[in-house]
Amino acid sequence: MSRSMYTLDGNEAVATIAYQVNDVAAIYPITPSSPMGEFMDQWAAEGRKNMWGNIPQVVEMQSEAGAAGAVHGSLQAGALTTTFTASQGLMLMLPNMYKIAGELTPTVFHVSARSLAIHALSIFGDHSDVMAVRTTGFALLASASVQEAMDFALIAQSATLKSRIPFLHFFDGFRTSHEVVKIEMLTDDDIRAMIDEEYVQAHRERALSPDKPIIRGTAQNPDVYFQGREACNPFYVACPAIVQEYMDRFAKITGRQYRLFDYIGAPDAERILVLMGSGCEAVTETIEYLVNRGEKVGAIKVRLYRPFDTKAFVKSIPSSVKKIAVLDRCKESGAPGEPLYLDVVNAFNESYTDGEIKVIPRIVGGRYGLSSKEFTPAMIKGVLDEISKETPKNHFTIGIKDDVSYTNIDYDPNFSTEDPSVVRAVFYGLGSDGTVGANKNSIKIIGEDTPNYAQGYFVYDSKKSGSMTISHLRFGPKEIHSNYLITRANFVACHQFSFIEKYDVLKLAENNAIFLLNSPYGPDDVWNYLPKTTQKRIIDKNIKFYVIDAVKVAREAGMGGRINTIMQTCFFAISGILPREDAINAIKDSIKKTYGKRGEAIVQKNWQAVDMTLDHLYEVKIPDKVTASFDFAPPVPDEAPDFVKNVLGKIISGEGDELEVSKLPVDGTFPTGTTKWEKRNIGLEIPVWDPEVCIQCGKCVMVCPHAVIRAKIYDPKYLEKAPPTFKSAEPKWKEYKHLRYTLQVSPEDCTGCGLCYEVCIAKSKKEVKNRGVAMQLQAPLRETERENWAFFENIPYFDRSQINLNLVKDIQLLQPLFEFSGACAGCGETPYVKLISQLFGDRMLVANATGCSSIYGGNLPTTPWTTNAEGKGPSWCNSLFEDNAEFGMGMRVAIDTQLSYAQYLLRQLEPQIGTELVTNLLNADQSTEEGIKKQRERVSFLKQKLNTLDNSYAKELRTIADVLVKRSVWVLGGDGWAYDIGYGGLDHVIASNRDINILVMDTEVYSNTGGQCSKATPRAAVAKFAAGGKPAPKKDLALMAMTYGTCYVAKVAMGANDAQTIKAFREAEAYPGPSLVIAYCHCIAHGYNLIMGLEQQKKAVATGHWQLVRFNPLLLNEGKNPLQLDSKGPSMSLQDYVYNETRYKMLSLSNPEMAKMLLQEAQKDVRVRWKLYEHLASMSCEELQSEMKNIQITVTES
Amino acid sequence: MADLTTNYLGIKLKNPLVVSPSPLCDNIDNIKRMEERGASAVVLHSLFEEQITLLSNELDSNLSYGTESFAEAITYFPELSDFRMGPEAYLDHIHKAKQTVSIPIIGSLNGVSKGGWVEYAKKIQEAGADALELNIYFIPTDPNMTSDYVSNMYVELVKEIRKEVTIPLAVKIGPYFSSLPNVAKRLAEAGANALVFFNRFYQPDFDLDNLEVTPHINLSTSNTLLLRLRWVAILYGRIPIDFAITGGVHTAEDVVKSMMAGAKVAMMTSSLLKYGIPHLSTVLKKLEQWLNEHEYDSVEIMQGSMSQKSVNEPTAFERANYMHALTRYTAGS
Repeated sequence: MSRSMYTLDGNEAVATIAYQVNDVAAIYPITPSSPMGEFMDQWAAEGRKNMWGNIPQVVEMQSEAGAAGAVHGSLQAGALTTTFTASQGLMLMLPNMYKIAGELTPTVFHVSARSLAIHALSIFGDHSDVMAVRTTGFALLASASVQEAMDFALIAQSATLKSRIPFLHFFDGFRTSHEVVKIEMLTDDDIRAMIDEEYVQAHRERALSPDKPIIRGTAQNPDVYFQGREACNPFYVACPAIVQEYMDRFAKITGRQYRLFDYIGAPDAERILVLMGSGCEAVTETIEYLVNRGEKVGAIKVRLYRPFDTKAFVKSIPSSVKKIAVLDRCKESGAPGEPLYLDVVNAFNESYTDGEIKVIPRIVGGRYGLSSKEFTPAMIKGVLDEISKETPKNHFTIGIKDDVSYTNIDYDPNFSTEDPSVVRAVFYGLGSDGTVGANKNSIKIIGEDTPNYAQGYFVYDSKKSGSMTISHLRFGPKEIHSNYLITRANFVACHQFSFIEKYDVLKLAENNAIFLLNSPYGPDDVWNYLPKTTQKRIIDKNIKFYVIDAVKVAREAGMGGRINTIMQTCFFAISGILPREDAINAIKDSIKKTYGKRGEAIVQKNWQAVDMTLDHLYEVKIPDKVTASFDFAPPVPDEAPDFVKNVLGKIISGEGDELEVSKLPVDGTFPTGTTKWEKRNIGLEIPVWDPEVCIQCGKCVMVCPHAVIRAKIYDPKYLEKAPPTFKSAEPKWKEYKHLRYTLQVSPEDCTGCGLCYEVCIAKSKKEVKNRGVAMQLQAPLRETERENWAFFENIPYFDRSQINLNLVKDIQLLQPLFEFSGACAGCGETPYVKLISQLFGDRMLVANATGCSSIYGGNLPTTPWTTNAEGKGPSWCNSLFEDNAEFGMGMRVAIDTQLSYAQYLLRQLEPQIGTELVTNLLNADQSTEEGIKKQRERVSFLKQKLNTLDNSYAKELRTIADVLVKRSVWVLGGDGWAYDIGYGGLDHVIASNRDINILVMDTEVYSNTGGQCSKATPRAAVAKFAAGGKPAPKKDLALMAMTYGTCYVAKVAMGANDAQTIKAFREAEAYPGPSLVIAYCHCIAHGYNLIMGLEQQKKAVATGHWQLVRFNPLLLNEGKNPLQLDSKGPSMSLQDYVYNETRYKMLSLSNPEMAKMLLQEAQKDVRVRWKLYEHLASMSCEELQSEMKNIQITVTES
Repeated sequence: MADLTTNYLGIKLKNPLVVSPSPLCDNIDNIKRMEERGASAVVLHSLFEEQITLLSNELDSNLSYGTESFAEAITYFPELSDFRMGPEAYLDHIHKAKQTVSIPIIGSLNGVSKGGWVEYAKKIQEAGADALELNIYFIPTDPNMTSDYVSNMYVELVKEIRKEVTIPLAVKIGPYFSSLPNVAKRLAEAGANALVFFNRFYQPDFDLDNLEVTPHINLSTSNTLLLRLRWVAILYGRIPIDFAITGGVHTAEDVVKSMMAGAKVAMMTSSLLKYGIPHLSTVLKKLEQWLNEHEYDSVEIMQGSMSQKSVNEPTAFERANYMHALTRYTAGS
């Protein structure tokens, strides 16, 4: 069978092999490995068969720990089993990995290596995770490219079966897992030739079976445990040779020869590098370049890192080598060196001691590339230059500027090995414009329709709305090893004109490059709208400049905002990679392939866009001098604090790589309230208030996901210096008629989601389309509304102690202490988060589970949690995904301890402080805002008094006196955490009787990792890992929590009943024990325009899918049933709700019979659950109490 | 025993009771029951081109929304291998219906683009439909659009489809033309084999609580029939084409009236939605009874017997009708 060339990414390459050679995969989502599990699930759902003609079983577990357990069990029962993970996921697998290795069980775990969460979480690539498992007994096999990832996935499988050593096959997260590149695909014959059936059978033979019973996993004592550990040694000794044997066999089959340690470079090299992973590719390119220029340099690519074959390693190095730099892509604080470095030092030491070598080369170690930090030929050259010095720096870093410990070595950033025959194209796009998708298609077109090699890598923003993407594409006649971002582009495209105002998009352009700009201005005018720097770069670099109004073409072709195929056509037309006609035909074919299954209409409109494109593409005549009077706008305003300007501002403007070590906090602590400085201007339209129509109900303020629309009531005196367009109205509160009311929008923070308009119930009596707020284009309003917002910000918020916290109308007057987050436009979670911050933010601690809320809540550069005028606000921390409830409980316990200590100290200090103050402080009623305000005053007074005292009690009390003001601990997270990975902890915490408030934002799917199924996913919905529709019903977490009888539980849906939401939040916070509020959140992963999010919430409740309930154990004391139903029984059919959402509808389009069957079952779920709730809520208190009494009697009698 | 057979669209039907499109026709079991209860043919619900396009656009937009923007969530849905986005489900339905029953199955189509109309008409023919009903409705809102322009649009469309399709063509239209007879004549000339009077539109209603426009449709009553009777009666014998009445056929008397006006078939929807599919046999039984009681040998005899050209007072169908009625009431009082 001949091998085809195919363009795909590392994850797909690996999954392709893993699917073929396994019977079972136990999976769990985690970036960047999730796509491997997704491919497996999708292929299984499609009925694809593995090499034995079987469809593998793909099971999603509740956590990586669960996945590892399932893998272990499946292996023990004789199935060939795999899993995929990264980072924290791998950490959760550790215990089972020891077991699997200890039992000599063949398996391959495929890991897209990723940074660990340490001082901060990072989703990007390095070897922190895989290095942490090197003691488990797993073999570690590293691949450096997408081709290798496919090849090694197979070699690992072959070797594990024969050696019985479990393998961890790893490749670098994102750089390899997400790089799209043209590779040679392995065929089914190749796979068969590499898998020896005898070892497959041997594995099955070792399985647990009642027909030949054995016992494994015993407990052992000091007498034999040690010997038992040593018994496996021969297997580890044999393993490297087995790997080499299969590498050799693989070479015979495919022609690609790998070795345990691959040496590249000059045979007489004097300076070499040792490293593993994707960095090897850039090293390959650099070494080749330098050797061609006569330098005696080389490198060792470490393939099999564990078991580390010391002899093979030393043997692989030319005897001419005098200096070695070992590069580790990880950091081990406090260690004498990083792991690979220490292994290399040891290898030479042992060889020298054993007399196998006469001299030990000088060996230094260095760190590079943490969290996907760039690793370029310039840096590689820098390291080689460093070791050419007589006394090279050891334990160095490369790629950063370390002005604290001075670890870094310098390099010349202008050094480049880019091949001139390679087309290097950089595209700046907006996530929503389809740029990345089109570029992926371009790579496929060039990779598969021409003999050229192709490579694509995509850099994404950390914001979920209005995010910028940068695509780096290379095409050329030779295999591409340049796995680093393009630094010299010969083609630059900017797909969004607004980027021109902010970013130096031509910085990467080389001389004579081509620049393509999507511009509303034509070839005669566009020059006048370019900033100075851009004009200068065009002139200085002799850039050829083209413009097209792609937005106009897209609109005319019915494409909306999707300009991707238009810009793609321009790219092919200008770059000349393919003859124009061929390119257009290829683009059309690719459109058909990509969109064909979505319907002919989509294909046709894309084709039409392609056909219309070239008539609108113009070359711009370049003036000979710079004419602009403006340049890029600063990333943050001048009045921003220094840290924001000098650190966060740099990150915003894409210069974070330039920040020195000293600029970063030593322990990951950052100031809050920084999003307000990052004016992103991403909303095309913003709401505009119409005071004539508005009824001041506050609903728009409540639902705004980004807290950009706010209301204040204030003294008219503040209007004295109001800007001319600032609006105000008489408040519609009868007691505040003498004051003024303003509803103001922050134009530069609004994402334009339109939820405020949609929720507005005030309609003009003259024209009903006019509402209290109307969406209007932002650009013409930006200046005036910016001024109005600044003025509005300086008006004080209304006194919160005067606000009726039960009313939506009053809540709008509370300052949100969560603002301008990076959440999706129209996010269904953030309105709840904002509401909590309004109600309790000034005395709140937040434990946030990893997920969407930790990303929009805590991802750099700027973060949304903020403070009020007194400097008080939520203090926030993210621990992990799996431990959030426990993390929050720790906070509660600490506060309780401090409170009890503070109370003790107060009593001790009573003679000095005064009985009245002590009594008032100890007995303060803090159940109201007024009570809390008074307690704050008392604490302030107490602190003044303590400052006058000089004794140890006073000193102690000064540090913890603030806890005397009631603190509110909130544990936030999504359903992936609460229903799945963190459920055990959550269950423990709600059983604890501690005063903890838990908010579960239930999107019914793992949103942050791209929509994988959780136990909150309803029956009949399609999700990743449930491609055929989820067959099981949604878990009823609320009902489970109620069974304790001591936990406050509520289910809320703001869109259906905002007043009930407020009530539940307040009751939960006031409840003196654990509280669990589960909030329905519409989500981008549901697949519909989120402007309809609130409407869907209403329908979710009306159909009975989501019941609004409150379960308050305190009611039992009042002789009432603790369960209250706040919504009515199902009043509409489930399908009228679910089929508005793609997650359900796509199943009805792909498998109508299954969809129908599952929908019927889901409808039954709804009815049955409602009946159950109705029954529980209808029980009288007497019945409940009588039941309780009976139970007591039974217990006594027994 | 009266002969109930009738000839519609060149197809001999066992009686004039035809089921017109409704959600009931979405289910093959229902179609089977319709046959069992006496329906002589079934017109399936319309294949809406606009709906297919809308669905495609919606799916495309929703599957693309938010993708390729954020490193952790490059997509939000699994890549399913196939969607039944086109008319496949509808065509399958025709095929299944044909396999299940022996009565004629008439496909129905509502297109938007000229290409779409023709393409889907051909597919419906290929799927085995015995005839095709073109369900054309267009509500002009542009004051500059002339009535000629609108009627030409209808006529051109029928011509285009006629060129590509060989099965009989019925055209279902609304009553709102400046000159319905002229349009009817031109549609016949363009190749239509029958005209179906009339389609009933959803009417916009106002929700006064929310100040929103809401679509509204009522089930027809026998009163709905009168408009149809008038126009079939006027056109019968003037244009060489079959007529069908749909809207307001609830009782055997309604069927008789339809026949007498000149229709070849009377189509039922609302009454079946209201009383269920068994209502067909009730009407059929009563129709037979009526014919026997009134000594009609066949349905065909009565077809057009009370059309405009067959009655003493042709003006009864014209504009004077209202004044005349008033006069008669006045005289009687």
